[in-house]
Amino acid sequence: MSPGADMYREQILDHYKRPRNHGKLEDPTFTHTGENPVCGDKITIDVELEDDVISSIAFRGDGCAISQASASLLSQELIGMDLDDVEELDRDDVTDLLGVDISPMRIKCAVLAEKIVQDGAKIYEGELDIEHTTTE
Amino acid sequence: MGIQSAAPLDVEAIREEFPILEREVAAETPLVYLDNAATTQTPRPVLDAMDRYYREYNANVHRGLHTLSQEASVAYEDAHDRLAAFVGASGGREELLFTKNTTESLNLVAQAHGLNELGPDDAIVTTEMEHHSSLVTWQQVARRTGAEVRYIGFTDEGYLDMTDAEELIDEDAAVVSVVHVSNTFGTVNPVARLGELAHEQDALFVVDGAQAVPNMPVDVEAIDADCYAFSGHKMAGPTGIGCLYGKRQVLAEMEPFLYGGEMIRSVSFEESSWNDLPWKYEAGTPPIAEGIGLAAAADYIDDIGREQIERHEDWLVEYALDRLAELDGITIHGPRDPADRAGLVAFTMDDIHAHDIAEITNAHGVAIRAGHHCTQPLHERLGIAATSRASFYCYNTRGEIDVLIEALLDTQELFS
Repeated sequence: MSPGADMYREQILDHYKRPRNHGKLEDPTFTHTGENPVCGDKITIDVELEDDVISSIAFRGDGCAISQASASLLSQELIGMDLDDVEELDRDDVTDLLGVDISPMRIKCAVLAEKIVQDGAKIYEGELDIEHTTTE
Repeated sequence: MGIQSAAPLDVEAIREEFPILEREVAAETPLVYLDNAATTQTPRPVLDAMDRYYREYNANVHRGLHTLSQEASVAYEDAHDRLAAFVGASGGREELLFTKNTTESLNLVAQAHGLNELGPDDAIVTTEMEHHSSLVTWQQVARRTGAEVRYIGFTDEGYLDMTDAEELIDEDAAVVSVVHVSNTFGTVNPVARLGELAHEQDALFVVDGAQAVPNMPVDVEAIDADCYAFSGHKMAGPTGIGCLYGKRQVLAEMEPFLYGGEMIRSVSFEESSWNDLPWKYEAGTPPIAEGIGLAAAADYIDDIGREQIERHEDWLVEYALDRLAELDGITIHGPRDPADRAGLVAFTMDDIHAHDIAEITNAHGVAIRAGHHCTQPLHERLGIAATSRASFYCYNTRGEIDVLIEALLDTQELFS
């Protein structure tokens, strides 16, 4: 089987069809949006903090299955994580969460949500000044 | 024409000339190559011609007095005549120059003519179905010269709005630059009529023929194009070479676009003068092997016959449209009538992202294109981020379309 079909394992399709933490937060500490121009994926993430620890998170957007499933899987992982640990995340953490090999053309879809949360946190902390994130 | 009707071409014999079509993309998964609008595969006669050049007479052209250089020069120069004849240019090599691809051909016209001749009172009229190679290029010319860009719209079925065209091509029009065949809708545009409208206003008429030349007979003189651009790698030729046809008068008047060796007649510290056509546009060592390979591709295609290739593609498109229509939730973009389109079909399916579709069809060995196909504004107008596109050539079969349909059904099942 080529990596193409393998990428669409049960877990990814499950999270794509039934995304966890999908929607909006009433009173987010910060909100950030990003896009992946390769696939036209767009995601907005709301984050609520308690003492610099993520207490709740919600995302919305549209795009390919890989980008949306990654956001869903990552959102579960982020709850309870403090911002320092969020900053330490790298692309391997996302591919580990997805549990499959992502083809080189699609890695930008996979890491979109991660990058949005990281950039959002940096903007919140005053370390970054951008309108929105892009994975180009 | 029924589904059982025989293929217009002897596909089995044709496929034997394309070694790559024998490969598998994974174990037990033969390649089904349906991405021909992006690039076509290369037949043995083209591979052989390029191989022979490198093995037997590899040399730089135009200047060397030795045997190898003379042989290379003759083959390379003759290739210009061959490609001129291929698109009906009676002026031979003086009307046909080699570039890197269609994009470079269009940039050449934009730089050599557009930047030098246009000003704030001029309009560049183009279409909403242009490839970025034309759209972005004319945008830049407009930005630098103050000219205005106007876009001829399209109808819901993907035809150019000719009423719009007649209004937009007015006395301000200095350049009319249109795509012959849309790489997204597949629509064959009425270029001869657009040429009439352009010339009534004394505008330069430029045509992007990248998706036309490989698939149908093209006669630049019947179209009355002032400039006509196309690529080698979409017509069974190599990458790295494209062509620009220009009327002799137009090419004689334009300034060169690139400067350097080969394109000069004489050089002093103060000034330089330009070489004859077409060489004044071919600065530096040109794509010699590619030019020779492209001439072999022209021979190969003419041996099959472009009327026959066109008929074969219509026969495939007719079947693809029928089979795709069987799928739930499918939207097919572009004209319904196979006769009005070239051999490509772009579609969207349910809410499944085009890249997810292409990834899963690839697992079935089926190569299709997914994305905005370098026509982003067109996709924005349709309100979609991306489409999937299957495109055909002389070696494709209806059986391969069946494999595509199976792959799409599998995709729908995964996402249901």
